[in-house]
Amino acid sequence: MIELDKVSYGYNGANLFSQLSLTLAPGSFRFLTGPSGAGKTTLLRLCYADLRATAGKVRLFGQDAAALDRDAVALARRRIGVVHQDCQFLDHLTMAENIALPLTVSDRVAEAGANLQELLNWVGLAPQAGQLPPELSGGERQRAALARAVIISPEIIIADEPTGNVDWEMSQRLLHLLIELNKMGKTILIATHDLAMIRSMKSEVSARVLRLKDGQLQQAGADL
Amino acid sequence: MKALLELIVGDPQADRAVPPTGQTARLTVFVAVVMAFLAVIALSVSLTTGRLAAIWADELAQSATLRLPANAETADALLEAAVDVLQTTPGVASARVLSPDEQQALLEPWFGPDLPVDALPIPQLVEIVTEDGYEAEGLRARLSAQVPGAVLDDHTAWRAPLLQAASRVRLIGWSTILLIGATVAAMITLAAQASLAANAQVIRVLRLVGARDVYIARAFVRRHTIRAGVGAAAGAILGVIAVILMPEGDGQTSILLGVGFEGAEWLWPVLIPPLSAIVAFFATRAAALRTLRSMT
Repeated sequence: MIELDKVSYGYNGANLFSQLSLTLAPGSFRFLTGPSGAGKTTLLRLCYADLRATAGKVRLFGQDAAALDRDAVALARRRIGVVHQDCQFLDHLTMAENIALPLTVSDRVAEAGANLQELLNWVGLAPQAGQLPPELSGGERQRAALARAVIISPEIIIADEPTGNVDWEMSQRLLHLLIELNKMGKTILIATHDLAMIRSMKSEVSARVLRLKDGQLQQAGADL
Repeated sequence: MKALLELIVGDPQADRAVPPTGQTARLTVFVAVVMAFLAVIALSVSLTTGRLAAIWADELAQSATLRLPANAETADALLEAAVDVLQTTPGVASARVLSPDEQQALLEPWFGPDLPVDALPIPQLVEIVTEDGYEAEGLRARLSAQVPGAVLDDHTAWRAPLLQAASRVRLIGWSTILLIGATVAAMITLAAQASLAANAQVIRVLRLVGARDVYIARAFVRRHTIRAGVGAAAGAILGVIAVILMPEGDGQTSILLGVGFEGAEWLWPVLIPPLSAIVAFFATRAAALRTLRSMT
């Protein structure tokens, strides 16, 4: 579904990583770990074509990402739900409107009604539907970001530190939501530095842990 | 046209995705109001000039003047011969000999009211009304043979510069309207670019959730098109009120009297708002898509 083949990327002439390869197979569950500044967010952005690799190939659903025009990238992104670290909401829209945004921009706004209510209940945000993003807590925003990522039924869900701003209980709840989605056949890639959280999921999901360090991607120990 | 119809029917969600920008909105509406007002005034002057020139040219084209030599001894004989020639000339509907009072009235602006017309060797004038089939050169040939010294003035010398002047005024009028349209397009383009730049983060978020450029552009296009249309409607109404308040006249003697619209000409101010909206639609669409292409 997403394949990074000997990909390099850097800022200001210096490579953040080089010759890095990663394959996300359908239905797989991957954790991406590594110290701050290792390039986890950059790697995720390459996966949803928000950045272009300086060398190597990124393939999205079998197509070379570098050869895709902006319209094709937009269509590919509708197949990838992303939970951004900073949530990326539009502050002038209500939470319900923000969550429905992927459907709205895909001219599928008619589908929003039933899906939206179900999702709001699922992430426990029904009472906050009419509130603006700045009025919500960090945990509520993270749950809303997850709801927005899945409302369009994407094939892949990429989450960047989805539990970064929440307490332990909320992080467990968010992870259970992602595990549930994986059981429904979605491919999941989560970037996190929270190893304790990964260990806590050991018994519930068969996931591989990838560690990004010094520009290299390594398998981090056995399966969870 | 399909895109314009979709725009009018609209997608309020697309419009809501981009937050309103107050200052740009007010400027766009203000420019549209002023430009539509100026367009109505330019149109009314241009159309009135055209109408007036047509009336004058028509009147001059349907008449001619015969001038007979001022010779007291042969005057009556020449006049009789001239009338005979005119009455038998195809295309001459009527020929009327101007009375001494009428001739004096014609000279009064230059010589004053006390001019002794009878005592002066003033040529006798004959007013000729023409119709289809009138041929000035043929009439001149017959007059030179039968009425020596008679001069036929078919008003060509008057009509040509008048028509040229009227044509220039109309050209200036339409050029002004084109310039107004171009100014509206330029202002809307600048407003759209400012609006896009101010919403760079919104555009980024929309792209991250899968919005295509055409969807993002639609929100800006719809907004600017509606503002331009509404502003132009207000400007056109103000322009029409100004035209209605102009002093009235017969519309034939002076352009300063009777400036305005007649009959089907009233469609022009009605067309200004939709035309402004169409200009805004294409200007914003081009600016939005160009700017979005440059935003990575």
